Formats: sequence, C-alpha cells, structure tokens
Amino acid sequence: MSTDLQVTGSVRRARRARQRRTLAVCAGLLAAALAAFLLSLATGDKSIPLPDLLATLGGGGSRGDEFIVLELRLPRAVTAVGVGAAFGLAGAIFQSLLRNPLASPDVIGISAGASAAAVISIVLLGLSGPAVSLTALAGALTAAVLIYALAWRRGVTGYRLVLIGVGVASALTSTVSYVMTRSETMVAQQAFVWLAGSLNGRSWDQARPLLLALALLIPLTALAARALPALQLGDDTARGLGARTEPSRVALLLCAVALAGVATAAAGPVGFVAFVSAPIARGLLRRQDAALLPAALTGAVVVLLSDYIGQHLLGPHQIPVGVVTSVVGAPYLLWLLATANRVGRGG
Amino acid sequence: MGIRTETAAPSTRSRPLLAAGLVPAAAALVLAVAASLALGTAHIPLSSVWQALTAYDPGDTQQLIIREVRVPRTVIGVLTGVALGLAGAVMQAVARNPLADPGILGVNAGAALFVVVAINSLGLDTLSGYVWFGFAGALCAFALVYGVSSLGREGATPIKLALAGAATTAALGSITSAIILTSNNAFEQYRFWQVGALTRTEDGLLVQAAPFIAAGAACALLSGRWLNTLSLGDDTARALGQRVGAVRALAACAVVLLCGTATAIAGPIAFVGLVIPHIARAFTGPDYRWILPYSALLAPTLLLTADVVGRLIARPGELQVGIVTAVIGVPPFIALVRRRRTGAL
Amino acid sequence: MTVQHTLRADALRLTYDRHEVVKGLSLDIPPGKLTMIVGPNACGKSTLLRGLARLLTPASGAVLLDGASIHSRPTREVATTLGILPQTPVAPDGITVTDLVGRGRYPHQGWFRRWSDEDERAVAEALEATDVAELADRSVDELSGGQRQRVWIAMALAQGTDLLLLDEPTTYLDITHQVEVLDLLTDLNTSAGTTVVVVLHDLNLACRYADHLVAMRDGRIVAEGPPAEVVTEQVVSDVFGLRCTLVDDPVSGTPLIVPMGRHHSAK
Repeated sequence: MSTDLQVTGSVRRARRARQRRTLAVCAGLLAAALAAFLLSLATGDKSIPLPDLLATLGGGGSRGDEFIVLELRLPRAVTAVGVGAAFGLAGAIFQSLLRNPLASPDVIGISAGASAAAVISIVLLGLSGPAVSLTALAGALTAAVLIYALAWRRGVTGYRLVLIGVGVASALTSTVSYVMTRSETMVAQQAFVWLAGSLNGRSWDQARPLLLALALLIPLTALAARALPALQLGDDTARGLGARTEPSRVALLLCAVALAGVATAAAGPVGFVAFVSAPIARGLLRRQDAALLPAALTGAVVVLLSDYIGQHLLGPHQIPVGVVTSVVGAPYLLWLLATANRVGRGG
Repeated sequence: MGIRTETAAPSTRSRPLLAAGLVPAAAALVLAVAASLALGTAHIPLSSVWQALTAYDPGDTQQLIIREVRVPRTVIGVLTGVALGLAGAVMQAVARNPLADPGILGVNAGAALFVVVAINSLGLDTLSGYVWFGFAGALCAFALVYGVSSLGREGATPIKLALAGAATTAALGSITSAIILTSNNAFEQYRFWQVGALTRTEDGLLVQAAPFIAAGAACALLSGRWLNTLSLGDDTARALGQRVGAVRALAACAVVLLCGTATAIAGPIAFVGLVIPHIARAFTGPDYRWILPYSALLAPTLLLTADVVGRLIARPGELQVGIVTAVIGVPPFIALVRRRRTGAL
Repeated sequence: MTVQHTLRADALRLTYDRHEVVKGLSLDIPPGKLTMIVGPNACGKSTLLRGLARLLTPASGAVLLDGASIHSRPTREVATTLGILPQTPVAPDGITVTDLVGRGRYPHQGWFRRWSDEDERAVAEALEATDVAELADRSVDELSGGQRQRVWIAMALAQGTDLLLLDEPTTYLDITHQVEVLDLLTDLNTSAGTTVVVVLHDLNLACRYADHLVAMRDGRIVAEGPPAEVVTEQVVSDVFGLRCTLVDDPVSGTPLIVPMGRHHSAK
C-alpha cells in the first residue's frame, strides 16, 4: 500500500505543479494585459501620467483628462480586450475541438462570412458604423450555419468541416474581391480598412454591446467546455466516457462562432489572433491541452499591444490593429514551429 | 473505429481506362480553348475567328480583336491553368495535406507583397516590370515556409508546412495591407491585380513566362512516380530507397516555377490548385502518375471555362476569372468532400 | 463489488451505411467473468463491441444494461458502470500520461465537483495497476507502443467501472506485453470482480484467458461457452475456415490450436 500512497502523492504533485504553472501563466498574462491596458490609456496626443490616470479612472481627474480617458481611450482599450479575448477563446475551441491547428475562424470561413457581409453593406448598401457590425455578425453566423450544414453527413468530422470551410471561405473571399473592384476608391478604402480589422474610433457604442455579449458568452462557453477534455479523445472514447458528443460539440461550436462573430462585428476580422493565441498559450504552459483561459488572455494581450504599436509606433499613419497582429503574431508562430520539435507531431 | 481508412474513390482503374480517360479530358480542353477564342463581349462570327487564325488580316477590327485580345488571353489561360493544376497536385502530395494549394502555402501572398512593393517604392506600373517581382516574391515566400518547416527533428512534416504557410500568408498579407493603406496609387493597382484575371497581356510577357512554366511542368510531370512513394510517408519512402530530401527539393522547384509565374502573370487565382487535384483524384485514385496529367488538362479547362463564363454573364462588363473560378469551383469541391468517407489523401 | 451488473444483447442488428454487420444476435455477458470475442477479420466482432458499449445505435433489437435499454439511460450514468477502450483511441498532441489517465474520471465529475481525492486515488491506482506510474509525467506520444497501450488501459481503469469492454487491446504489442495486458485484465477480473469483455485476435491466448468464449462469423454467433467446451476442430474450421489440430495447452490445460496450412497435415 505504501507504493500506492507514493503514486497518489506523485499524481497529486504533478497536478499541483500543473496548476501552479497555469496559475503563474494566467497571472503573468493578466499583469501584461493590465500593463498594456494602462499604457494604451496613458498614451496619445496628450500623455497622461499614471497617478493622474488612476485618479481619472477613480473618478477624481480633471475634466479634460476625464473626456480623453473615459470617452476616447477607454472604450477603445476595452474593445481591444474584449475582441482579443473573444478571438483567442474562439480559436482555442476550434483548434482543440476539430483537432487541427489550422482550424481557426479565419481559415474555415467564418471571418470570410463576416467580411463578405460587411463589405457588401459598406460598398453596395452604403452603410456604416453599427449597421456594418450587425451585418458582419449576421454574416459570420450565416457562414457558420452554412458550413456546418454542408459538412453534416450523419455527423460532422473535423476534417470535412475544415475542408468545406476553406471552400466556402474562398468563394466568399472572391466575392469580396469582386465587390472591391466595383466600388469607388474612397469607399473601397473604407471597406479595406474594415477588412484589415481596426479599432480606430471605437466608442462605447461598439464597446458596450461587445461587453454585454461577452458577459453572456463566456460563462456559456465555460459550461460547454466541460465536455472538451473528453471530446479531444475522439468520439468513441468520449462517448464511452459518457460525453454526449454531438450536442456538446454543437454547443461548443456555437459558442466559438458567436464569440468570433461578436468580435468581428466590433473590430472587423482582426487577423491571426484566433489562430495564434492558443499555440502561444500552450507554449507558455508547456503543455498541449485546450488552454481556453490562457488563450483568451493571450488574445487580449496580443490585440492591446498590437493596437498600441499600430497607433503610436509606426509613424504618422494609424495602422489598423489587424495588420499589426498578423505581422507580430505570424513570426512568433514561425519561431515556435522552428524551435519546438514536437509541434509537428500528428496531423 | 475498425473501419478501413482508404475508402476513397475507385483506387485501381486499369491503365488503358486511365489512358483513354485523358482523351475526353483533352477534348474538353480543346472545346474550352475554342470557346475562349469564339465567345466574348464582342459578337464575332465564327468565320472571322477562323480567318484570324488561318489568314490574318490586321485591317479587320474583328480579326484584330481575336489576334490581339483573345488569342493571348487564351494562351495565358492555358499556361496559368496548367501551372496551377500541376502545382496544386504536387503541393498536396508533398505536404500530404489535401488543403495545400498555392494560396495556403504562402506563395500567392509572397508574390502579392513583392508586386505591391514594386508598384509602391519602385514606381513600376507595367506588368512586365513587376511580373519578375511577383516571381521573386513567390520564391522567397515558399523558401521561407519550406525552410521554417524543415527545421527540427522530423523535417518538413505536412502539418508544419501548413501552419508555416498560413502564418507566412497572414504576415505577408498584412504587410501588403499596410503598404496599400498608405498609398492610393498602390491601392488602385493592387485591388485590380488581386482578383486574378487573364486580361493582362503585354508584348513579350508570354514569351518570357512560357519557358518557366514549361520547365516547372516538366519537373512536376516527371516526379509522379516519386510522389507516389512519398505519399506513403517519409519512413516508407526511405525504406523503398527514395531520397526524400531530393524529391522534396525537386517538387519545391516545380511549385515555385509554376506558381510564381502563374501568379505573376494572372494575379492570385484561388481554388484551381486546390480543387483540380481532388477532382482528378476522384477519377484516377491515388496514383500521382495519373493525377498530374489529368490535373494539367482539367485545370486550364476550368480556368478557360470560368473566363468565358465571366465574359458572358456580366455583359457589357466582365467578371474576372479569379472570381468565377471560386464560384463555379466551390460547389463540386464541396460535393466531393461530402462524398468521401474519411480523412487521408 | 456489491452489485453485479448485467449486459445483454437482444436480437441485436447493427449496420454501417445500411450494410448489415451484426445480423440479429443475442448474447448474455456472464457477470464477473472474462469474456472474449473471437472471429475472422470483418466478422462484426468490433462492431458488436461498439454496439454493446452504446457507440452504435441498433438498427433493431436492443442492448440491455441491468435489464433496461442502454440507450434509454443517461450516457453519463452508463459511463460510471460501463467503460470502453476503442481500438484506435486518439490522444491529443503532447498530452501527459497523468493527464490522459485523469480524463477517465470524466463521468465522475459534475458541474460543481471537479476534482477530488477520490479521483486522484483512482488515477494513482490505475497507473500502479498498469505499471506505468514511473511514466506519469511523460508525454504520451513519446512512449513505445506497449507503454501507450498500457496508458490507455489505465485510463479505462481510472473510469472505475464494473464492466469494461476492450477492442483488441493487444494489437501492436509484442508477446510479452500481450501476456502482461491479459494478465492485468485477469487480475482486474479476479480481484475487483470486474466483468471484462475483450475482442481478441489471438485464438490461443483467448482460449487460455477467457472464462467465456464467443466465436463469431458473418455477424452471427457460431459458438459460445467455456473454451474447453466450445473449441473443437470443427468449430475452428467453421469459424476461421482453417484446418487445425487441437492439443492441450501444456501450461493451462486449455485447448491449443495448431494450424495446419497447405503444406502440412496431421500425422
């Protein structure tokens, strides 16, 4: 029996070590997000020193600072956090559920659905602002339903879903290209900025609905994610363990699509955050599970930092955040691929 | 699941049947070529078309249109079609991933970035000026993707190739966007270049491009037997006495020659490289010695058909071929994906 | 174990793509015994096992767990009673042994009860029983085939069910590991009273280890019972189409099949 106790002890130790690592990573990411958040609130045409900033946030700042921070910068930073977290979470769910690192909403056609709807509404219908966001959300959901329906044949396999998603994405992307050639330069440019994914001029009008949606979706995702560890073992094993595979999978996919959809509606299809957040989070955790919470935090950090870089560090033009996320995120992923021997396993 | 994995299309058809199948495929291509010459925005009687080809009279406007517009356009269609079809098949074999196509492995994005840089910073505005930048971009992007995925213990595994390709595509695409957003001139040229069309003909361009495509096509067609072995996995291929690295390098050469040139002359045309090998495979089974020639015939057929359709449905304007290929290529592709039982190439 | 659970198939028909694989068979799994299902390739033995584990919905007939249709009960509740190890389970990339084995505790964790000392003990016992405790922190995809198989069995053990179904758990294993796995299942059966059902390729090992042998061909049961009573030269010929001669296993006394093939004949 003593060996048994020993093993129990080592199992417990291993689990504790893992929990500690998760905790440390999450705390680190949270700290990084907070720092980036404060930095983006403090920086701009008028720099606001940290004590003033904190005072303003606490309700005791000067009137000018209050306007700048609370009305101009805070909604943008809050949107960045929300968008990053939503994309990170959505990507992590897709990738672990479909067991394919390529299966992020940008690759399997959900962002393309949002983009096509948004570009059509900008260019052909002349819409702007919240109306574009709504059509983008509708586009994302429609694309997701379409892809799932087309991939359904007595169940859905990850492989089929990804392939059909890529097909649908490419049809939608070419629609976008076509619409772009059919429009005035000015309008096309506006659409192009939207397509790149941008946080420019985000106000509470965009931030508030995003926060509301996330307040609903994140708890739902946490509930749905309970079956994820079982689902990752393949359908047979998962069912053997008593998971209701099809309802659980649909619930998770719905959550992920809704998350990607509201994020896209708020900021456009910010490239690559969904794709890269989970791999980065797993790299930090040094293990390969779904890593939902760390992925969400990573997404928030990536978007905050990228927006900061795009706004302040790249010369006179405001570069859309989506451009920066890809330029920053992609080399990191390449580096991960080049250094981590084991990433290439299975596939 | 105790189910056998390879239950895809008929995997063994007899050689004569496969060889005979090439005849209707070739006939379809000939028909597509004829349609591309005969049909267009302007109504031109068949007799003039025929005369333009056999007894050319430069004074006749209709004949002029045929010789100066439709013939080069058709030739570009055939060249890019062959290039994209073969490149797609080779990439799918090397990456052992049914999703591999020039778009996904970063080649298009590389070409696009270099073209935009050429337009923007060097002020180039003629196609023959920036075609070579497109070519160089394709080469660099593929070298980067391939280089990154070859690092590490197991070399360029399919999943690493796909991931590195997607990452590179995103990164280069974003740099392209950043440049475009800060320059009206580049934006104007780029938004038309990026849809992919067969209409960009300039003197000498085809003459310059054709040898590259011919060399690439030769590499690709010759590699069929090796790709068959490679598709069994690296270990098996090595056990069968294949030099895996050399085959991959040859395949990479073919892909860069084919995709780089095609993207440079026609812009990024999505989906042909992805869907054509799947269609070919549905008929031939998993034998690359047959998949490659079928792809080489079917891809230009699809491309020319799409181009003709684009000319006819949007009269008096045109729909660019890149758009039409996606729209008519997607439904059969989805049907194919749905029909197949399980994963694996 | 306090309660002996019963599992039976009643006129069970199972189909893949309208292709009938299991053709209306009835089978009582003897409780507390080690049952082995044998038969030639494609005879429907794996399909039957998946059907028994509710992974397939019957085209007609039923699988009854403790007398009630297994499909009418909440799947999580079933999972606390009946575990299945599929033939080719999928391990997520880079997952560690402890983590994988821990996932076997899924049916025991509720919305609010996430991870308990009991879970920890079950995982440790499973690691111990399958002799993989020293691999606990390793990543599953670094392991050898034999180690990996034992880890998967550990996961099934961690589920802590009274009924355990395994689909060819000895595939890819060398003879030593095959015997180890079967010894392990026998231990489990005798010490904890677990009802074990195994689909097995190796007829001789099945004869040696099974309390109850089920021989299948073409989706039907040809013979069942204790190996010593069931296995005759005629049955082997009927089921496998193989000419053979039988001798007594010098170690266990169970029937030992000596195949003949085309180049030899019985003396």
